[in-house]
Amino acid sequence: MLRTIDEINDKIRSGKVVVATAEEVVGLVQDQGVKQTARQVDVVTTGTFGPMCSSGIYFNIAQSTPKIKCGGGRASFGGVPLYAGWAAADLLLGATALPDDDPRNAVYPGLFKFGGAHIIEGLLKGERYRLEVRNHGTDCYPRKEYFTELGLDDFTQATMFNPRNAYQLYNVAINLNKKTIYTYMGVLKGNMGNANYATSGALSPLLNDPKLRTVGIGTRVFLCGAEGYVVYPGTQHVPQPQRDDRGLPLFPSATLALVGDLKQMNPRWLRAASITGYGTSLAVAFGLPLPVLDEQVIADASVTDADITFPIVDYSQNYPLGRVVDLGRVSMAELMSGRIEINNKAVPTGSMTSRYQGRQVSLELKERIKRGTFFLTRPVAALPGATLIDE
Amino acid sequence: MAKKKVVFSFPPRLISEPITYRLVKDFDLQVNILRAMVSPRERGRMVVEISGREQSLQDALDYLIEHGVEVNAVVQELRHHPDLCVNCSACTALCPTDALTVDSTTREVSYDPAECILCESCIPACSYQALESQF
Ligand code: SF4
Ligand code: SF4
Repeated sequence: MLRTIDEINDKIRSGKVVVATAEEVVGLVQDQGVKQTARQVDVVTTGTFGPMCSSGIYFNIAQSTPKIKCGGGRASFGGVPLYAGWAAADLLLGATALPDDDPRNAVYPGLFKFGGAHIIEGLLKGERYRLEVRNHGTDCYPRKEYFTELGLDDFTQATMFNPRNAYQLYNVAINLNKKTIYTYMGVLKGNMGNANYATSGALSPLLNDPKLRTVGIGTRVFLCGAEGYVVYPGTQHVPQPQRDDRGLPLFPSATLALVGDLKQMNPRWLRAASITGYGTSLAVAFGLPLPVLDEQVIADASVTDADITFPIVDYSQNYPLGRVVDLGRVSMAELMSGRIEINNKAVPTGSMTSRYQGRQVSLELKERIKRGTFFLTRPVAALPGATLIDE
Repeated sequence: MAKKKVVFSFPPRLISEPITYRLVKDFDLQVNILRAMVSPRERGRMVVEISGREQSLQDALDYLIEHGVEVNAVVQELRHHPDLCVNCSACTALCPTDALTVDSTTREVSYDPAECILCESCIPACSYQALESQF
């Protein structure tokens, strides 16, 4: 044990904390080794920025007079359907929700210009949207229709929730068929015309702590400019993945459920995405701070783009049909070079995740910690399959 | 050898004229049509890359202007909006030239109009409306 989280927070308070981004750690470890770097650095920051369909906001509206019960009724916001299966004034808007009259893929490939994600981004930019609620009326909530215009300030609370975020490792998508396909991994040209990936690699939060030794339920994180929290394992979390020699998972594995206050978020760190032929999604900025509690934290965070490898998956047939076919692996360094080789064919690569923005996230989080505006928390429980470092 | 990328806009009466043929035949130019939008009774538009001797090139353009063809330099047929771009690089893999590239160090994506052949392959790849056709 090198230091405790309390000691790190004391250093943050006194302005003496030493923070390095996961990219900087690579260089530090190359220069001076793990031991020395672990002694020097208190916190490592990571970051990623990319579309996460499993995003939504839930919010509470001030009641109308007379009152209306949203729960069990029908509601829409800016023409996009809301989930109204909760209490009288609680509503949920998902990033992928679309207006009923959107042509979707009727004109293929659909453009998906506007959906839940666009409203979430619009709210942060000060836009207001029309809320429509219809319900049956009760003795305590007699109103049957309520139409009004609301912006972010009008909500009592507005909370972002990701049932799944921060996927630890993800597929590299190719298309073995002839025709171009339109997927959540982007446009994939036929005959392996391109290969798309979705990770920030050596900066990726969970690839820098592959065994989840520092992150758990209750970890405070950077989420779209706000302070957020890890509240649970994310959906599809794999507790015991297959790993390589470095401990990196071989296939998509750990995920996190995240929550954060939408009112504290910033449109610089959150963007609506219109994914051609697929639908709308929300690109979110996520940064995870790793407390350097022991040397292993630094050893893990020194992972390089050359170390991380991803499985290549065909999205024309194998993925839609759920077939697991081994098409080989490729490293992040190769992907970032702009060209990879599959079966002796040079295939250009593109990314859905912005490494540039991911780096900005890691730098912003580093700044906040150094400025003394972001403190670390001790997780209250480990994620399934993980063991937290004993403090 | 000189090379120019230009937009021709021509009125309906010229649509049936074999303009590109003239450029090849009379001025000994190489003509590479990048984009064309010609519909009867309306103005036609064509984005072409022409190359040949400097003098022939100039003569050809003078000839066209004399005959009522509007000739404009390709300024921004495709626009990249850096303020909307998140630098993901989903577009670069689809670009057949080096018009869209990602810097190997900064990971910033940039657009070079000089390399662009206006194929528009990149537009559907961008989820953030950062690439827009002006054609
Ligand atoms: S229009 Fe074609 S050549 Fe131009 S940037 Fe887009 S993909 Fe590249
Ligand atoms: S796909 Fe769009 S947002 Fe991504 S780098 Fe290209 S222009 Fe920028």
